[in-house]
Amino acid sequence: MKSNGLITRRRAIIAGLASLGGLALWKTPRELPPTYGNILRMGDTFTYAAQRALLGDALVKEYTLADLTSFPATGTVDPAVMDRSGSADYRRLKDQGFAGWQLSVEGRVARPRTFSLNELKALPSRTQITRHTCEEGWTAIGQWTGVPLSVVLDAVGLLPSARFVLFRSFDDWTDSIDLLDALHPQTLLAYGMNGRDLPLAHGAPLRLRVERQIGYKSMKYLRRIIVTDEFDDGGKDGNIQNGWAWYTGI
Amino acid sequence: MTPIEPHARWVRISHAVIGVSTLVLAFSGFVILMAHPRLYWGIAGNDLTPALIELPISRNYKHAGYTTPTPLTGNPDGPMSANRTYDIFNENGWGRSLHFLTAWFLAIPGLVYLLMGLARRHFSSWIWPTRDELSASNIRRDLAAHVRLQIPPASGGPSYGVLQKVSYALVIFVAAPLVTLTGLTLSPAVTAAFPVLLTMFGGYQSARTIHFVAFVLLMAFVLVHLMMVALSGFRRQLLGITLGGGR
Repeated sequence: MKSNGLITRRRAIIAGLASLGGLALWKTPRELPPTYGNILRMGDTFTYAAQRALLGDALVKEYTLADLTSFPATGTVDPAVMDRSGSADYRRLKDQGFAGWQLSVEGRVARPRTFSLNELKALPSRTQITRHTCEEGWTAIGQWTGVPLSVVLDAVGLLPSARFVLFRSFDDWTDSIDLLDALHPQTLLAYGMNGRDLPLAHGAPLRLRVERQIGYKSMKYLRRIIVTDEFDDGGKDGNIQNGWAWYTGI
Repeated sequence: MTPIEPHARWVRISHAVIGVSTLVLAFSGFVILMAHPRLYWGIAGNDLTPALIELPISRNYKHAGYTTPTPLTGNPDGPMSANRTYDIFNENGWGRSLHFLTAWFLAIPGLVYLLMGLARRHFSSWIWPTRDELSASNIRRDLAAHVRLQIPPASGGPSYGVLQKVSYALVIFVAAPLVTLTGLTLSPAVTAAFPVLLTMFGGYQSARTIHFVAFVLLMAFVLVHLMMVALSGFRRQLLGITLGGGR
C-alpha cells in the first residue's frame, strides 16, 4: 500500500513538472542561441527560455531625478585612442563633433538606410530614469533620452523572417538581442544622458539601453544595426566566444 | 542511542542535491563578489559612491584606478563620472553562468523538498520544535551540553535536539528563502515582472547585501553542522544521510 501511494505522488509531481515544462516550451522563443555543447551555455539558454516563458513584457522600475547617482565609465571609454578597425573613423567623427556620424540599419528589413544624429533626434523620443546593473555587482541610476529602437525598426520595416537585432560598435564589439527586447518600449537608442548629450565615456554619440538585461548588453558607440533571421554569435567580437553569456536577464 | 527512524530516501536525495548546489553557489558567488567586493545599502552603489563594507578578497579591494571625476549634470556637487584605468579581477564570465545554472539545482529541488516536507509531515514530525521543547530550561540544558561539546552519538536519522531543530528550521524557513528571494531581486528581468521584490528589500544594493549576509549565515551553519556531524560520529552520520544506513 505504501509503495502504491509513493508512486502515485511521484507521478503527480512528475506530471506537474512536465506540464510546467510544456508551458515553458509553448511560450519559448522559436530561435534559441546555440550552446556549443558547453554546460554553462546550456544553463544560460535554459534561464533565457524560462524567463521568456514566465516573466512577460513588463517595464522595469523607473526612478526620479533625485535618485540619479554617480556613474563609472568602464570597458571602452574612447574608441578613438584604441587600435580597433573602427578607431580611425571614430577619431575623424569625434573631431567633427559627430556631425558626419551615421547609423546604418540593414539586414532583414524592407527599407535599409542610414540615420544621421539629427534624423534620429527628429523621431519620437523617450526619456527614462533607470538602474544600470553591471555584471560586476555595482549599480548606477541614470537618465536616458533617445529614440525607442522599435520606432527605428518600424521606420525600416522588419521582414517577417526577422528574429534578432545585431549591433556593431566603433570599438569592434558585436552583440545581439531578440525581438522581444528589441521591441520593448524601454529599449532605446540613447543620445542623451542626464539631460545632456551622451558623454564620450558613456558611448557618444549613440548607445543602446536594454533595461531588462545586465549592463554589458547596453552597447556603447553604435555604428551599425543588422536585423538577422538567424542567431549570429558575432564571432571573436561577440560575448559567447569571449566566455560571456548572451542572455543576461539575470 | 538507537535511531527512531532512518532518513527517508527523498530526504537523502534532497540533502545531496541541495547540499552540493549550496556549496557550488557559495563558491561561484564568492568569485562574483571578488569582482566588486563592495557592499552598499539602497537602490544603487558603485566605485564612485561610498560603500557600507569593503572586503579585502581580491586585488579590486580599494583600488583607486579612476580618472578625476567630472560632473554628469549641471550640478558640480551632483552625480559624477570617472573612467576606470585599473585592470580589475573579473572571472564573472563563467562565475555568473555557473552561479545561475546551479541556482536551478537549488530552486527546483528546494521547492520539491518543501512540498514533500509538508506532504509527508516531515517538518511537523522532525523539524518544527514543540512548545515543550522550546521551554527555557530545555534550551538551557541543550545549550550547556553543546558548550561542553557533549554531543549525543549518531543515530543516523532523526529525532533531533531542540537547538538542532531550531537551526534546521532557521535554514529551511528563513535563510534559504531569503537567499533565494534576494538572489532573484538581483535579476533585472525578474524585477521588471515583480518590482515588489525591490520594494521588499529596499532596493537592489540592499538585496545584494542581504544576499551576502544570508550566504555568510548559511556557511556558518554548514561549518557548525559539519562539526556536529564529526563530533557525533562522522562515519555513521555520513552513511545515514547518503545510503540510509544507521539501523
